[in-house]
Amino acid sequence: MDASVHHKTSTLAKGDTLLAVDNVSLAFGGVKAITDVSFDIKKGEIRAIIGPNGAGKTSMLNVINGFYHPQQGRITFKGETRQKMRPYVAASQGIARTFQNVALFKGMTTLDNIMAGRSLKMNSNLFWQLWRHGPAMREEVEHRRVVEEIIDFLEIQAIRKTPVGKLPYGLQKRVELGRALAMEPELLLLDEPMAGMNLEEKEDMSRFIVDVNTQYGTTIALIEHDIGVVMDLSDRVVVLEYGRKIADGTPDHVKNDQTVIDAYLGVPH
Amino acid sequence: MEAAKALREDTFPKLLARNARVRGARPAIRHKDLGIWQTWSWAEVYETVRALAVGYRALGLERGDTIAIVGANRPKLYWSMMAAQMLGAIPVPVYADAVADEMAYVLEHAQVKLAAVQDQEQVDKILSIADRLHYLKFIAYDWERGLRDYDHTRLKPINELIAEGRGLLKDPAIASALDESIAAGVGADISVILYTSGTTGRSKGVMLSAERCINAATDSVKFDRLNDHDEVLAYLPLAWVGDHYMNYAQGLVAGYCMSCPESADTVQQDLREIGPTFYFAPPRVFENLLTRVMIRMEDASALKRKMFHYFIGIAKQYGEKILNGESVPLAGQLLYGLGNLLVYAPLKNVLGFSRMRVGYTAGEAIGPELFSFYRSLGLNLKQLYGQTEAFLYVTVQPDGQIRADTVGPLAPNVEVKISEEGEVLFKSPGMFLGYFRDDERTHETLTPDGFIKTGDAGFFEPQSGHLKIIDRAKDVGKMANGDLFPPKYVENKLKFFPNIKEAVAFGDTRDFVTCFLNIDITAVGNWAERNNVVYASYQELAGHPLVYDMIASHVDEVNRLLAAEPMMAGAQIKRFLILHKELDADDGELTRTQKVRRGFIAERYAPLIDALYNGSSEADISTEVTFEDGRKGTISARVKVRDCTLVPVSAHNKAA
Repeated sequence: MDASVHHKTSTLAKGDTLLAVDNVSLAFGGVKAITDVSFDIKKGEIRAIIGPNGAGKTSMLNVINGFYHPQQGRITFKGETRQKMRPYVAASQGIARTFQNVALFKGMTTLDNIMAGRSLKMNSNLFWQLWRHGPAMREEVEHRRVVEEIIDFLEIQAIRKTPVGKLPYGLQKRVELGRALAMEPELLLLDEPMAGMNLEEKEDMSRFIVDVNTQYGTTIALIEHDIGVVMDLSDRVVVLEYGRKIADGTPDHVKNDQTVIDAYLGVPH
Repeated sequence: MEAAKALREDTFPKLLARNARVRGARPAIRHKDLGIWQTWSWAEVYETVRALAVGYRALGLERGDTIAIVGANRPKLYWSMMAAQMLGAIPVPVYADAVADEMAYVLEHAQVKLAAVQDQEQVDKILSIADRLHYLKFIAYDWERGLRDYDHTRLKPINELIAEGRGLLKDPAIASALDESIAAGVGADISVILYTSGTTGRSKGVMLSAERCINAATDSVKFDRLNDHDEVLAYLPLAWVGDHYMNYAQGLVAGYCMSCPESADTVQQDLREIGPTFYFAPPRVFENLLTRVMIRMEDASALKRKMFHYFIGIAKQYGEKILNGESVPLAGQLLYGLGNLLVYAPLKNVLGFSRMRVGYTAGEAIGPELFSFYRSLGLNLKQLYGQTEAFLYVTVQPDGQIRADTVGPLAPNVEVKISEEGEVLFKSPGMFLGYFRDDERTHETLTPDGFIKTGDAGFFEPQSGHLKIIDRAKDVGKMANGDLFPPKYVENKLKFFPNIKEAVAFGDTRDFVTCFLNIDITAVGNWAERNNVVYASYQELAGHPLVYDMIASHVDEVNRLLAAEPMMAGAQIKRFLILHKELDADDGELTRTQKVRRGFIAERYAPLIDALYNGSSEADISTEVTFEDGRKGTISARVKVRDCTLVPVSAHNKAA
């Protein structure tokens, strides 16, 4: 992907703060996972959260989508401030995510898994859905069209009818991204989307992430360990260490920050 | 102009107009999009192509210009070819998987003014070499994803061109100018330039004239009785003569419908959904299919497995005879009928061959067992021999004269001679006009009396009049003791084993024959699973001692077969090794049509060849590989060499 392309769009879409995390702290008993962290995510950007293992990155994502409830601090999403929120509510407000370990319905096909991502958008009542007639049918056709567009977008036509349990890991990751996209989210949280992938799969995934961002204008927050990928993809990077924020800024800024180099990056190569 | 229309259609745009007139409502092209097959009738295609032609005209495409077509089989790319031909411009289809360097050569050599490409990947590739393309003015693309934010001064979606063309066509002056342009096309015009895959050096642009293309296609349409109710699946590379012939030329002549798969990965499913009546595939495809069927049957329940093997046995016994119309005992007919109900028909359905009336394979030798497997199921699979320079057919097997080991008698209106050196020479209705901007090589290829040299060594079988191809003429060598060494003949015998994917034999001027092998990762991987062989990579599996044992038994078997043929007995394989990586077109080891480039491989793996001949039991090799994005890396390995059993000719004959 041409870097200039993606910079141009991100400046275009750069605007209001979509999500703000203010002074959030999270502890499990005596273990402090996150300590007084603040940062924001602007609409239309790709925001990376990086840091060494156990820095609190996944906890941060879990806080954002309401799975964990921070003991202190506030989260403002689309101008609405909250302290506690259930994942269900977060999802219906437009936050979708993928997981570090693939969490798909292994026995279901790719198509059904992605279709499952539409369930929050289904309105027809149980009666019609049972019969798959009338409004339920019309609705299903419409959802299927959206799902087919995602299948096309992610180039997974060949596995449309394959149970996902049979698929290689890289493809499962892609299906999971598809399911998150099916929610047509405003904010997409990706937890290590490229973990365990080979070079080629990583390149594909990077391309899809940038394409999601440019084509659908989806705001993306991602956790990733491949620093090369992070620096190429993201507009801004937050660096966590031991639950604290140690740096925040553009990839270039972060890359040259001495604290970050000491804590995470090591000697530049 | 009406008078011109009344004449026989001698260009493809005229044929398109005729099809729109004669069978306007019949399907012309299908494409699976968002999971649903979309169909365009001949009338719709004609209207769309006219609009697209006007769109290209507005971009400056004129009579005699060339336009590159880069991408997979998609309607808009086929329409771009037709639209270009309407303007008298010449389409130049290019292998979509060519790396930037290869593409730069072809595009610059063909002096393309426009390029019609599939997607962002191809746009990126062409933009990356744009400074080397002095004639290229504009790129039109089919799939818009990811391209929205590109600089569009020299870039436009094909959809927009069609829309603009539709608008322009409302002006009667423009419409009649287009009609005149179509009518102005004559049969002697260059219709298309097909770049050969370059088995030997830089690829050459084969110029084909409209009239000759149409003549050749008309002959074969008649030969196989194709009509506008036939269906094909267009899945072969656009740049390859087979696609241009079977799908484009024959489709326009016979008026049948071509279906474009959803993506390269869905071909197998799409095949099943379309159920083509006319099908072409290189032997490799049939081989892969059979391997997959066999692997899946191994996983089936015991009852199903038994039933499958029993009825495949019945098919072997009677199937081909029934297909050839020979007499078969009643019991055989009944059993075959039952087998058809229980095994053959369901199997054909899964493979997408239920409606197949005529199937062809060509390009490489096909294993006799493989060939008769498909034929015994009742599939009318035949062989042909052809060349880009011939616009395909040189020889072809008519129904009822099918053999695995020949390529058949002469195709209609083809003349063939065998030169004194044993090289096959031909003249054919579709024969080329010459190589584009390469008179020197055109002269090299033509004999003084106008025959084309194929570069293949072959002979006619006296009894049947069928042509048999031995090998590339320049590859047939002599061993140190004077024995004949036909490398491909040996390699094909090896490749008939499902576990061996690729073989490269050496022996010219040497004391004995040796070879490099590639294992087939699907077949051997499955075997490994069954035999508790643990491996993490291709390289590890290829070097596994048990794999070596298994492959060695195959090589011994080949030696026994070779020993049975007096002419070939000297070419038995004495030593072999399994390469640590798969031979790949990206590394220049195979051509784009997957043929081995023996000379290049010999150079690249020189240390391994030394090891084969100096008696050492292993050798170190490190090779550069090219990744899909063009980056380079190195693979190093220690490769083991194995000795094989040679079968003494006399002993074998006694035993036999």
